[in-house]
Amino acid sequence: MIKVEGLTKRYARTVAVNNISFEVEKGQIVGFLGPNGAGKTTTMRILTCFLPPTAGTATVAGFDVLENPHEVKKRIGYLPETPPLYPEMEVSEYLTFVGRLKGISSADIARRVGEVEERCAIGDVRNKLISKLSKGYRQRVGLAQAIIHNPDVLILDEPTAGLDPKQIIETRELIKHLAGDHTIILSTHILPEVEHSCQRVVIINQGKLVATDSVENLTNRLRGAESVAIEVASSNGPLEPHEVQQRLEQVSGVSRVLPREAREGRLSFEVESLSGRHIRPELARAVVNAGWNLNELRAVGLSLEEIFLQLTGSEKKNAEPADAEKEVIA
Amino acid sequence: MKNVWIICRKELKSYFASPIAYLLMAFFALIFGFGFFTATRDFVRFGFMAQMQGRDMPMSVNEQVIRPLLGFASTVALFLIPMITMRLFAEEKKSGTIELLMTSPVRDWEIILGKWLGALLLYLCVLGMSAINIALLFAFGKPDWKPILVGYLGLILQGGTLLAIGAFISTTTKNQIIAGGVTFFVCLLLWLLSWFTAFDSSGYGQVVNYLSIVTHFEGFAKGVLDSKDVIFYLSMIFFGLFITSRSMESLRWRA
Repeated sequence: MIKVEGLTKRYARTVAVNNISFEVEKGQIVGFLGPNGAGKTTTMRILTCFLPPTAGTATVAGFDVLENPHEVKKRIGYLPETPPLYPEMEVSEYLTFVGRLKGISSADIARRVGEVEERCAIGDVRNKLISKLSKGYRQRVGLAQAIIHNPDVLILDEPTAGLDPKQIIETRELIKHLAGDHTIILSTHILPEVEHSCQRVVIINQGKLVATDSVENLTNRLRGAESVAIEVASSNGPLEPHEVQQRLEQVSGVSRVLPREAREGRLSFEVESLSGRHIRPELARAVVNAGWNLNELRAVGLSLEEIFLQLTGSEKKNAEPADAEKEVIA
Repeated sequence: MKNVWIICRKELKSYFASPIAYLLMAFFALIFGFGFFTATRDFVRFGFMAQMQGRDMPMSVNEQVIRPLLGFASTVALFLIPMITMRLFAEEKKSGTIELLMTSPVRDWEIILGKWLGALLLYLCVLGMSAINIALLFAFGKPDWKPILVGYLGLILQGGTLLAIGAFISTTTKNQIIAGGVTFFVCLLLWLLSWFTAFDSSGYGQVVNYLSIVTHFEGFAKGVLDSKDVIFYLSMIFFGLFITSRSMESLRWRA
């Protein structure tokens, strides 16, 4: 559905997007991930034909953004970072205007406006001035605007930015509902969002593609080893931290034991396993057999957050950033 | 063309949703009314004087009331137009709605033409205020309607030209105040050009004089429809809209 090849965007002094390539299949939700200023918005603006690329090509539904922008625009719904609203208009009036602009005929427009109002739960404010709406409602009106012409591709630039937690959940649900009929690219720098709603992730940093894969693959590949937090307390008498640590290290499959905290007869450790080993049952048994109390045993695991930090932070540590990239992409 | 109309209607609605349209109309009605009062008072006085002295003076409402009034209206328009055009693009650039327009399946020229037409229609509404006064002239006198029509055509053409230039200036900035200020300055400059070169008959002076918006309006005020002036205005409108579209395209490349 979307195909990006060697996309580069250079501004006067900076390179915002540097040689990015990826593909998105029909019906997928793709999370576009990166720290602030990574080039997410620029890439999206190129895909929506708002900006032309400096080099490389991008095609949406088989149409090139440079050669056939008109056809691309017909098939795209776009919610920019700040929803493009006219404060002096009423909600219905605004949606009617956008719908007409997107080519919906005057016979269908009233029905379509009603449909998206219902879908985005903004029916109760349909006759309000947009300037009077709260941030959450504005965001939803922005989303309604993007889907009004039932586009094949939806491009959402930080759709949940600035919403309260309840609204974030609602928006995520809405986006999930939209998947299937629409191919969706959504950008964010909030990771749980990707874990919740996306099937694939494209991570970019400083304009460069860092990784692109399915969410599961990415977590699995980078996770490998398991990490477990454990808290041990004594049942009688004080505990010797050194002894406990030694005992834990002897459990098969454990690669490393890091002491974390020690207070009032309770000791906590972080235990890392060897790659591909499940060590929690063994750990529990070892602690109980030694006659201690097992207060807590919990998998920490690498969250997408840490993976993300590893991927985007690695450039500074690595002398050869290109290598780091190859490792991940290969 | 459908898109042009959609955008034009939206622009008009925006003007009338804010106080700006009403303010401009009220302001123009007041100023024009004052001009009308002065012009008719002088006309009547002149008539009395002619009678008292027993001389038979040629009197013409068209020549002595309407012509100066049209000239007056064209000058007042110079001050109103920046207030109409300043928000056209600057506001959309600031609020980010330009992104909506530019990513919709609408061509640049449709956006520009729609906005310009919207501004022109508002300008017509503002000019329409003067119809009250002209109607009074028809109620109490017998002015010739054809020169009046030509005069109004001139006002519309001159307005269209300045609106096109204002639209261009509005695309160059996010700041409405700057857009309005610069447009006002340019309007003033185009108006004053004829003063600078009033006594300069060299080739250079003639060129500058030709560019003045006012010199081309004089014919219309007299009720003379000269194709040379019509072409001047039409080509200026085209030029203004053309550079607007260039400027909009450069937005994409620079953004």
